[in-house]
Order: sequence, then C-alpha cells, then structure tokens
Amino acid sequence: MRNFIERHTFWAIVIFLTAAIFLWMIFAVWPDWLVSAIGRKKTFVNTLFNGVTLGGLYFLVASGFTLVFGLMRNVNLAHGSMYLLGAYIGYEVAEASGSWFFGLLVAFLAIAVSGILLQVLIFRRMEGDDLRQTLVTIGISIIAADLMLAIWTGTTYQFQPPEWLFGAADLPIISTVKSSGDAVYIKYPIYRLAVLAAAVAVGVALWLFLNRTRVGMMIRAGVNDRQMLAAAGVNVQLVFALVFAIGAGLAGFAGVVGGTALSIAPGEDVRYLLASLIVVIVGGLGSVTGAAIGALLVGLAEQFGLAYFPTYGVVLTFLIMVVVLAVRPQGIMGGR
Amino acid sequence: MIGKMGKSLAAAALLSFASTGAMAQDSIKMGALATLEGAFTVLGEDGMRGVKLALEEFGYMAGGKKIELITGSSDASPDSAIRATRKLVEQDGVQVLVGPLSGSEGLAVKDYAKTQPNVTFLNGSSAAQDTTLRSPADNFFRFSTEGAQWMAGLGEYVYNEKGYRSVAVLAEDYSFPYTQVFGFLEPFCRLGGKAPVEARFWVPIGNKDYSSVIAALPDDVDAIYVALGGADAVNFLTQYEQAGGGLPLIGGSITVDQTVLGSKGRTRDFVIGTPSAGPVSDTWDDPRWANFVAAYKKQFPDGFPSPSLFAHSYYINTKAALLALNEVGGDLSDGGKKYREALSGLEFDTPTGKVHLDERRQAVADIFLTEVIEGPDGNLVNKTIKVIPQVNQTLGVSYDKFLEYGQVGRENPPCS
Amino acid sequence: MANRGFFSGSGTWTDIHPAKIVVAVFLLAYPTFTSDFFTYQIGAYSLILGMVALSLMMLAGYGGMVSLAQLTVAGFAGYLVAIFGDNSVGVMGLGWPWWITIPVAILGAATFSALIGAISVRTEGIYTIMITLAIAVAFFYFVRQNYVLFNGFTGYAGVEPPTLFGVYWRNPVPFYYLTLALAAFFFGMVLYGSRANFGLSLQAIRDNPRRMHALGYDVTLHRIAAYFLAGIIAGTAGVLLVWFNGRISPGSVGVDVAIDILVIAVVGGMRHPIGPFLGAIGFVLLENFAIDLIDRERFNTVIGLAFLLVVLFSPDGILGIWSKMRNRVTLNLNARRRGVRAERDDGQTAPSFEQ
Repeated sequence: MRNFIERHTFWAIVIFLTAAIFLWMIFAVWPDWLVSAIGRKKTFVNTLFNGVTLGGLYFLVASGFTLVFGLMRNVNLAHGSMYLLGAYIGYEVAEASGSWFFGLLVAFLAIAVSGILLQVLIFRRMEGDDLRQTLVTIGISIIAADLMLAIWTGTTYQFQPPEWLFGAADLPIISTVKSSGDAVYIKYPIYRLAVLAAAVAVGVALWLFLNRTRVGMMIRAGVNDRQMLAAAGVNVQLVFALVFAIGAGLAGFAGVVGGTALSIAPGEDVRYLLASLIVVIVGGLGSVTGAAIGALLVGLAEQFGLAYFPTYGVVLTFLIMVVVLAVRPQGIMGGR
Repeated sequence: MIGKMGKSLAAAALLSFASTGAMAQDSIKMGALATLEGAFTVLGEDGMRGVKLALEEFGYMAGGKKIELITGSSDASPDSAIRATRKLVEQDGVQVLVGPLSGSEGLAVKDYAKTQPNVTFLNGSSAAQDTTLRSPADNFFRFSTEGAQWMAGLGEYVYNEKGYRSVAVLAEDYSFPYTQVFGFLEPFCRLGGKAPVEARFWVPIGNKDYSSVIAALPDDVDAIYVALGGADAVNFLTQYEQAGGGLPLIGGSITVDQTVLGSKGRTRDFVIGTPSAGPVSDTWDDPRWANFVAAYKKQFPDGFPSPSLFAHSYYINTKAALLALNEVGGDLSDGGKKYREALSGLEFDTPTGKVHLDERRQAVADIFLTEVIEGPDGNLVNKTIKVIPQVNQTLGVSYDKFLEYGQVGRENPPCS
Repeated sequence: MANRGFFSGSGTWTDIHPAKIVVAVFLLAYPTFTSDFFTYQIGAYSLILGMVALSLMMLAGYGGMVSLAQLTVAGFAGYLVAIFGDNSVGVMGLGWPWWITIPVAILGAATFSALIGAISVRTEGIYTIMITLAIAVAFFYFVRQNYVLFNGFTGYAGVEPPTLFGVYWRNPVPFYYLTLALAAFFFGMVLYGSRANFGLSLQAIRDNPRRMHALGYDVTLHRIAAYFLAGIIAGTAGVLLVWFNGRISPGSVGVDVAIDILVIAVVGGMRHPIGPFLGAIGFVLLENFAIDLIDRERFNTVIGLAFLLVVLFSPDGILGIWSKMRNRVTLNLNARRRGVRAERDDGQTAPSFEQ
C-alpha cells in the first residue's frame, strides 16, 4: 500500500478523500440542505450497503470467471449457466433434504465436477485455440439454458434460507433524528450482510490460496507463463482441472447464495454472465483483486443507478465499462 | 445435423410446391398463436388449453364444418409473432386466427391484420390498450378486456372505502404496467386522489432487487400501488417485509394472484386486506365460473389448479369465433365479410359474465374487484367484493375525451 | 477452383464453374415457382440474415475479430429509418424523403460500428467477443428505456419502403429481388475485397499484428476501417430488416438474436462469403418448419447442438464439411484412376479458426 501511495500520490489522495466523505455521509446526521439536494439519508445508506453487498455477490461470481481466464486464457461464456445450474441443483437438494447448507455444498461440488469434466473432455483438446474454446462455451450455454428451461420451466423459485439468516437487523447508523430527539436507526436485511461476509471470506481464502500455498504459486506462475510452468515439471493439466473446478464451483456456490437473495428464473444466467464480463473487464482479466474492485464498482453503480436514475440506471454499468475500455483497456488491475 | 436439415429441406420443398390456396370444402382451418418458446411457455400452454377447451365444447365443429387447428409459436417478441402469423396465414392458409398472448405482440399482429383483409383475427390474451383504441384493424376482434379495463372500480374503491388520498406507485417499466397504472389512477385522480410523479418508481423489466427502491419509497403516502408480475411480486413482498415496511398495498391484476398468495415460507399476513381488480376471480361463486373450472380440470388434469387468465381469454375468443361461424353456417367464401359482421354483433355468456363488442371491436365485459382475506384453512385467498358490470374501454368517459389523455406512459395521468 | 480468379480480369465467362451458373439462375428464377410466403419469409429473410452474418464473417474470418454487435448495428440502422422517415406510432418520424433517410441510416450505422470497433480493437482478440456482447446488451437496454428517441418497449411500427417506379417495394417479389441484388453486391464486394490490398492486409493483421505494425501498417486504423465497412453491410441489412418486419423494437436487437447471427455465421462457415448465406437458409428453414416436424419448444437446443457440433468437429461449418467431402471424393477418384489406395499425406492438422 505504501508503494501505491508513493507511486500514485494523486490517486491515493482522491481515494482517501472520497472514502472520508463517504464515511462522514454514513455516520453523521444529515443537514437539511443535503436532504433536499439528494434525498433522504435512509435511501443513500441503504443504496450504499446494497451496492456493496451486491458487489460481494458479483465478486463471488466473477472471481471464478477471472481465475479461469487468467490461467487458461479461456473466456468461459457458460459461466452464467453454471451459476443458474448451481442454483437449481441447490434448490432441489435443499428442498429434498430440508437443509439449505447441504444444498449449498452439493451445488458447489456438482458444478465443480462439471467444470472438471468440461476441462478434461473438451477444452483440453483445444489448447491454444482461444476463440474456439469460447465458441464452444457459447454453444454449451445455449443448450444448457434451453435444457434447464425444459426441466424447471419458466417459474421462479424461492429458496428457504435458515431462520437466523432471515429478517432485518438494526445497524448502529442513525437515519434521522425525530422531533422528540430520539434517533431512528437504519434497518438492514441480515441475509445481505451474510452475503457480504461470505464474499469477503471467499476473497480472503482465495488470496491466501493463491499467495500462500504451493499450488497457488503454480497457478500464479502459470498465469504469467504457461510453457515455463510445464517446463518446470508441473502437471499443468492437473492444475488446469483444479482451477476450472474451483472457478466453476464458485459459480455454483454463488448461484445458491445469489438465488436465495434474489430468486432464480431463466434469464439469470445471462444477467450474471454479463455482470461477470463487466466486472472483469473493469477490474482486469486474470486478477482476483481486480475482480474485487470491479465488483464493488459495478455493484455500487447498479444500485445507485436503480435508486436515483431508474430509467437509465441499467446503462450506467455499461457506460463505466466503456469508459474503462477507452482510458485503460487492460482494466484497472490488468497486466498488459 | 445434416440429416435434420435434409429433412427440413425436403419437407420445405414439398410444402413449397404444394398449393396452399385450395382448402377442403367441409373443413375450416383455424390458427392459434401463443408463446410456446422461452420463459413464457407455461403461460402459452395454458392459453392453448383455453383454445382446446372451447373447441372441445363445440366438438371441433362449427357451422356444420370440421375445424382444423394449426398451432403457431412465438417467443413473446413482436418480430417472431409476425413471422409465426405470416406462416399460419400465408403458408398454412388459416382463415381464422386466435392469438397472440402478449401486448406488444398484439400490436404487431393488428398491423399485420390490416394487410390481410380476407382473414379474420381474434385476440388471444394480449391486453395492450392501443390494439383497439387507436387505429384499430377492421378484421381484428378482441373479446377479452385490456389492462386498463382490468383496473375498473379499484380507484374508486380505495378512495371511497379505504380512504386513501395519496399513493406511491411501484411497477415495471413497460407498456402493460403503464396501462394498469393508468386504469387505476384515472378514476382515483378524478375523485381527487394524488400520485405525484416523483413517487412513481418504474423498475427495469426483470429486476429482482427491490431493496434500493424500497429504501427510496416515501413515508408520507397512504398506500403503495404495486403492479408487478407474480414472481416479482413474491420477491418484492419478501424484501419489503425484510426491510420492515408497513404501508398498505394495492395490487395490480397479477400481483396478488394465487401464485403469490400460495408461495411457501413466510406468512404474508401483512398482505391481508390488499384490494385488487381483474378479469377473473378464483373465488367467484357463480355457477358459470364453477362449470368452466370443472371442465378445465376434467380435460386437463395436468394443467394449473385453476385456469389462468390466459386460458380464460383464449377460451372466450375461440368461443366467439366458433359461435359466429355457427351463425353464418360456416360460410367464409366472401372473404369472411358476413362472418365479421356476425362477430361484431355477437353477445354471449362467458364464465365471467356477458360480453359484447364496442364500435372498435373491443370487448365490454364484467370486471371483478377483490380483496385478500384469510381463508378457512388459514391460507390466503382473494374474496370477490364486487362485480363491476360491463366496463368499456373508455372507462365510462366519451371516446374523444378519453383520447385526450394521450398514450399510456410513465407520467400518465400526471395527477399531482 | 479455376486458376484464374473471377476478378482477375483475364477470365472469360466460360471459365465460370457451371455450379455457380446454376445457383445464379435458381436464385433469379426463385420467385417464379414458389409461393409468396416462400419468396418473402424464406427467401428474402434468409438473404437479410445472411447479410448480417456476412458482416460478422468478414470481421471474424478475415479480421479475426468476432463481433457480436453486428445485429446491433443493423438494428441501429433500422431505428434511424424509423426515426428520420415515416412511422405510424406518432413518435419522432421526421418524414425525410427516402433518398436522405436511407444513406443517413446506413452511414450512421457504419459510424456506430466504427465506434464499437474503436472501443474494442485496442485489446486482445478474445476480448472482442466480451466487449461487443456487452455493447449489444447495453444498446438493447438503452432503446428499451428511452422513449424520446427510440420509443422504448413498444418500438416503431408502420415503417415502409417507398413506392418507386410504380412498384411498392414491400411486395414479396420486388422485395426479394432488391434483397438479392444487394446481397449479391455485398457478396461480390467481400469476395473481391478479400483478395484486394485492404483485405489481404487485414488478414495479415489477423495473423500477426506485431509484424504488420513493424512493417508500418496502422493496425488499429485498419481494424476500425474494417468495422466501418462491415457496418455498411450490416446497416443495409438493417434497413431491409425494418422494411421486412414493418417494425422495429428492442426485441429485434436482443442478445438471443445476436447469438443466432453468430450461430448462422459459424455453422455456415467463415472461410468464404457464401458460408453465412448457407447458414442463414438452414436457420430460417429450421425456424419455420421445426414446428411441423419436431417440437418447436426445443428449437434452441437443436440450434445449440448444431453449433456445438460444428465448432467441435468442423470449425469451417457447412463449407468445411462440404470441402472435406469433396476432397475425399476427389482423392478417392484420383487414387482409383491411378490404381493405388488413397493416402492422405497432406498432414492434416487439427482444424482451427486461425488460418
């Protein structure tokens, strides 16, 4: 961090100031001119938290995507289908067994296995031909979407998360002060905070995995130079399969987590695929930190767009992507 | 792949050389168009069930001739609806077409109908206002009511009985919710109610995350008018409850139907007392409706527990087509002119009351005002409060005055 | 293939392969023996879709840039026609005459395509799919939300071609010939261009951009120019498309239709400009008659399977299968003539998209 501050002093100051302003806006009681300018504090704080938690969810989905690309140069456009399939499988298992956590676990494992199968049976034969691999993933996503529609139809499914995850919690943030002098605190759904916690946990776990384990070291080496990794005697195919398994498994995991927050229906696969695309384009393909930053930005943009400019809010995220591409095509944390 | 393509090519070649103009003298080709692909397949299938229910009731005969049913499929986009319609009319040679399902498709089919004056088009379940209100087609008949009509009686009810004076609006950002909001607000505002434009929240289609919108809802309104579709409504209610919201709700036609009330999990006690209005009411105790439900359940044991409004709409329109065929003795030889005259003057009994057409061939029918109550087994059902009789498309106002409102949109009526 | 190319300037018309003459005669005489429906919804529509897929094939096959935004460009042209010309919805519809509207629409679409190119060409090839997909979706959302310019969800209706020389150009037969003429024109242009200076340097840039840059070519500009030209083709197709449907709405430029164009181009074959048209014909036939032969509900699975099989086993699509079969037949025939067993010594490598 010190390095960063030294090298990019201007941006460090900007980030610091923005963070300070945001913190003040969250914790202080708002003066009237601010309320009349941008609306109530409740809206702002809720939107901010929604954006951050949604960013957490996007990070869960996009981290797998960026891992797979970073190491294997494979743009897996079936990632969204994996998300949706994980959600459906998790739903069925949770319904059958009565345990949401069990559904979560099975979804992770099932999609991870499917990832390994895809890598070993199909992508291995197309090593080096990135475009062909991508087209194959498009074909898979078309078929998967239609088959899932056939099996689960167009109905929307709702998960039943455990009771203690449901409901709203009082945050220690003051919304308004009533005329009697009492403070009104902001309520926030516990489940979304849990999603954020899960995202942070997964992010930390991934970071530890990539930076503090041998396998992680191999993966990072492979991202930089695949041939050298193979020359160093590492079983590259095994590493590929492992990474694809993790990437796909994360998508399935995110499917259950996201599906519980926002329900599952056909079309969610395209939505999360697009979200992942934008997150990794903004954050930089191949970088997990980049995915975190990108996810945060995209989540915030989407929620603020929805709350304050609902008509064109959806286009705001794409606008950010275009701006990033124009200014820094490799993404914020992108390598080349 | 080649095999299948080869078969397609061979079939296409055969069909292209076959004459499509000749028809058997003692059968009439009827086309039915519904969304049988994509996410709306389930709804389209129920629409088809409505068609088949009506055909079964007439024994697949009308006017002394056999009815041959040909199905067409679209994916809810207007372009695919036009292509499917063109195929049914120009390739398969249908003389009567029932369909389509969604509002925007209906507008497109109406435009196409104008280019085929010798074919008679009846609606499926499309409920857009402009299909018959503005530049209607002479050969497009709609025996089912449209989105604004479905809200008849609700505005007056919440103003007079519930005492609401200001409402916020939460709906999806496209034409069908615009129509519903218009139908609700027009009488509400005429009586003096308020619905400021800043308190109208139009969420993008397919949005499932209402938390930010809920946080932006004002506190100083009396109620929230929610016009979301079934599954989105479930999402909204869950998130609204989680966020601790307490305002009473007013429901659109598809917001508090059985899928929402019957969804598992959280008790939805705060939904009790929500009024709504629509073309059907599940709990109407009239024998006409009970017979219809019984016939539906008998013929389609694997259908829905109760016929949806899509089955209902398609059934009524198909029945109208068949009744008029009976009236002209199955004679479509003059390009259907006599047939269309018969349709224009048709008045008959449907499972939800009498229906006849106005001068733009739009249905005038009964609408049901409902409210959510706790049923005998502790579950939630819609009780029929009142039947609003014979609602017309201009909601009781004169046609010219009604046109002055302008097309439905985000800010229509302004009502501040 | 004859040694002397079609455009080499030294061939006579007896050099043309007889198959091509048969195809040309068939296409010209097509409306005389088919019904209006077949002329319009099968014939003209295949040609339109083929044109959009041609613009994609041009960028992907010759330029190595798979752009999923070609349908967006076509849709943009269609919207411009509705906005600047006449429509029946009462929004925009400035009523400009057709000889202004059409060039404005096509050039506008080409400029839009060049802009898309400008955004996507500074990154590696594989990013192009992602970026153009995102742009296509962004455009879809934008036109669905904006009512002032694009009339949102409802879109535009009542868009019609003009009546010129006493002919109403939307009637099936004139419209078919119009589409055929334009499709043949662009087909010829792409075929010619692929062997001309620009096309060859584009293919060289596809194969090795660094070397071309070292040779002094402006790689980025070349690519953007390719996008511009592809935009002209797609824009023309877009004008024809809005006339064909008589309407345009967000559903016309949705992601699923954009993926369909990709499927058409890939399944048809991206090595030769005839590929997209073959793919389009197959797609349109399947779309129209699947409901009579198999269940229409699983249409997408069939399309996806065809696409997947082609990508896995025959990346050059139908053309690839055709040429492989033809090669094998020729090989066997020659071998039989010489009385030896045919042995493939051409060192067949795995088929790849990079030539």
